[in-house]
Amino acid sequence: MTTMDFVSPTSVSSRMAGETTATKIEVRDFNFYYGDAKVLHGIDLDIPEKQVTAFIGPSGCGKSTFLRSINRMNDIIPGARVEGRIAVSGRDLYAPGVDVVALRRRIGMVFQKSNPFPKSIYENVAYGLRIGGENDKRTLDETVERSLQRAALWGEVKDRLNGSALSLSGGQQQRLCIARALAVDPEVLLMDEPASALDPIATQKIEELVYELKSNYTIVIVTHNMQQAARVSDRTAFFMLGKLVEYNETRAIFMTPKEKLTEDYITGRFG
Amino acid sequence: MNRRHDEVFFRRAGRRLRFDALMTGAFSVAGWVAILFIFLIFLFTFKETIPIFTDAEVQHEANLGKFFAEKQEGPTLMDRYVWQPTSEKPKVSLWPIILGTLKATVVGLLFACPVGVAAALFSSEFAPPRLREVIKPAIELLAGIPSVVMGFFALIVLATWLQQTFGFTYRLNAVNAGLALGFALVPIVYTISEDGLAAVPRSYREASYALGATKFQTAWSVVLPAAAPAVFASFVLAFGRAIGETMILLMAGGNAAITSFSLLDPLRTLSATIAAEMGEVVVGSAHYSALFFMGTLLFVITFVSNTAGQWIIRRMQKRMQGAAA
Amino acid sequence: MPTPAFIGRGNRRILDKVLIALLALSVVIILAILVVIIGNIVFHGVRQVTWEFITQPPREGLTAGGIMPAIVGTAALVLLMSVVAVPLGVATAVYLHEYTPAEGLHLAWARFRKSKGLPGRKRLFFRALSALLATITRSAVANLAGVPSIVFGLFGLGFFIQFIGRSIDRATQPVGETLWGQGSLLWAACTLALLTLPTVIVATEEALRTVPQDLREASLALGATRWETIRRIVLPGSLPGILTGAILGISRGAGEVAPILFTGAAYYLPFLPGDVTDQFMHLGYHVLILSTQSPDVEATKPILYGTVFVLLALTFLLNLTGVIIRMRTRSRLQR
Repeated sequence: MTTMDFVSPTSVSSRMAGETTATKIEVRDFNFYYGDAKVLHGIDLDIPEKQVTAFIGPSGCGKSTFLRSINRMNDIIPGARVEGRIAVSGRDLYAPGVDVVALRRRIGMVFQKSNPFPKSIYENVAYGLRIGGENDKRTLDETVERSLQRAALWGEVKDRLNGSALSLSGGQQQRLCIARALAVDPEVLLMDEPASALDPIATQKIEELVYELKSNYTIVIVTHNMQQAARVSDRTAFFMLGKLVEYNETRAIFMTPKEKLTEDYITGRFG
Repeated sequence: MNRRHDEVFFRRAGRRLRFDALMTGAFSVAGWVAILFIFLIFLFTFKETIPIFTDAEVQHEANLGKFFAEKQEGPTLMDRYVWQPTSEKPKVSLWPIILGTLKATVVGLLFACPVGVAAALFSSEFAPPRLREVIKPAIELLAGIPSVVMGFFALIVLATWLQQTFGFTYRLNAVNAGLALGFALVPIVYTISEDGLAAVPRSYREASYALGATKFQTAWSVVLPAAAPAVFASFVLAFGRAIGETMILLMAGGNAAITSFSLLDPLRTLSATIAAEMGEVVVGSAHYSALFFMGTLLFVITFVSNTAGQWIIRRMQKRMQGAAA
Repeated sequence: MPTPAFIGRGNRRILDKVLIALLALSVVIILAILVVIIGNIVFHGVRQVTWEFITQPPREGLTAGGIMPAIVGTAALVLLMSVVAVPLGVATAVYLHEYTPAEGLHLAWARFRKSKGLPGRKRLFFRALSALLATITRSAVANLAGVPSIVFGLFGLGFFIQFIGRSIDRATQPVGETLWGQGSLLWAACTLALLTLPTVIVATEEALRTVPQDLREASLALGATRWETIRRIVLPGSLPGILTGAILGISRGAGEVAPILFTGAAYYLPFLPGDVTDQFMHLGYHVLILSTQSPDVEATKPILYGTVFVLLALTFLLNLTGVIIRMRTRSRLQR
């Protein structure tokens, strides 16, 4: 399903002639409230399939809140309320009767601070499968290996799969969390500042990983590091004060920003 | 591969959600247990006292008036207020028993509160770490002594020693029982006071030292007042425990329900009376209801003191925060 | 306490030292008490504990023989009590920590009030109600902890035995027969379980708190339900703390005598309890009766000391196990 014939007024998303990238996530007039405080205002956005889309913006601009709305992690916060539509592959996530548990399997998340379970490396990656009822050892072994390979961690841990996940370094733990999320074969991977707690070398590894992963997964990454967004993403969305200010191909955002606010942020005048 | 995962996953998804709802229900039921039982305890303890207010036959022997206002003929206090429910003409004044409870509690608190707070203060402010490693387990050990064992010790060993040292007329008396009770109360006072003292911010102490105060002055005038809510809480909890304590007072108090202000006379407390007499009482008789009345009284007293204590502590904490802010 | 102005620096130092010594005296007193009590009991009791003592029933009007039935009775009681108290206590604590709003009643109610005219108001109302229930439950637990142990005994008599037991008898037994409506292992265990419940609940909640919130979030983000997260992540992670709490509660229950006075403990039984409806002998109860109701205290003193020693050793062993588990948990967490 393409959305070529649907261009919303507030988004400046543009498509180059001839490009037929399907839209994976479609956001229409999305508002978010904490109680009576409005945190996100009328977001309109189309996130393309199998590409990396970055959300940037100053602290508190709502980018993380918006990210968490995509896999409905905000549901666990009291007083959270949404208006509008977020659709993945054409299906509205907030429609009544949507199974949130199944949804979260389709849309994986990696958190800012790596949070492996206090279990073995193997069991961490296998967790998502086990709760789905998959207990066949061969299937689990294969999936664990494949996920760890996709997360570029297999070589480093293949001899100690039964060791504790907490004995890994920070960067390795984060890649483990990515492998864990990949093991349930999601369509979309949401990453909330995945490298912000890591040193430059580990960060680089994560960025390379993101670049490799996009051939198989649609990736949305929140980052406060503009250079990272420029390096890693195909499209970038700039948020401020809960509003989407500009959304375009990354090159366009960084070289020829259309909005003054965007330009000010990118050149470091604030934020 | 993912196709197979999906089948397994989504086939089970509905069942997993239904099971989750079931577990949520089960846990919610468990949440009601505590409320249910505290309510039931009050209900069933009180239920057996109702005949005192409603049944004429029971009231003939035991009613509120007799509990609190009945006086016998006699010159002394001891003669006038008597608890002897099993005699031919049953006498059911509660005063000897209430007095006994108060005597034991007062002695116990008089011992435990100063000793407990002093030990907590020493442990928190002055003791070298290695000594603290000895004190804490020792207190836990003391707390772990079952009250029947403490009662046994007081009955067999302490009473004899006290009598030999001080020449008491009666071996088992309020001093013996109250002292043993105090031993059991010290860990309560110590633990909670020590927590409170440890929670006092370092900055208070440093400010005091910077003004030239000695360690003791700081501990006494700054740290201890700052920990006042915790110390007070420990007293209230110790009081509640003292009122309800059964074994120690049953074994070491002399088991005589007499109205006397002297600490050297034997005594009987509310809980000890229940423990001693419930075994031989006829179910449904006036005596039976009277014992349950005492139980209800105990429940209400401890409930009120605990609640009041918590309320006062919250007030004190608010004031502390206000003053510090 | 202001120092009088005429006391110079040097004298102030001395005064300080004296006062500190006074404080230290309290510690000396406590240690002395402990040493005397335990020492006395160990000294007189340890020589009583022979193999015969532990394995033989009492003889000659309880002035000779052993206390085996009391040991068995105590063990059976404690086991039954744990089976009732631990699952119930853990379930209540899990409910309080995982299923009720974390923000407390005040905040939940404020959120509801501020949501006037907005959708989702009904959900916030139920959330506030849940917070209210949690507050009342916690208060009930605290009050349960403060109930005197003899009142538990009265409750056991009035509720479990007279009410529940008699009702079961009326429904299942021939007229006039009492099987369930009398003192027994079952009712004594239930009564003790109620007494131990607050300890287990509080310790379990503390253990649940040590599991970091982001682990729960990670599990939910992988598509797990709340119960699955509890079962696979939260409970395994808090197991040591739960175990410690359970053991501490059990060791306390093992030493309590007041609640079992009228709910099933007996002085002398010619047989061991074979059924939950049987009465039982009990170490603590034995000590009580021997101390206060035996005609010849001197003759029973050896048995008394032996029984007290065994009881003390039992409770201390349980306590020690709990403390060791707690220490090992702390050191593991610190890694």
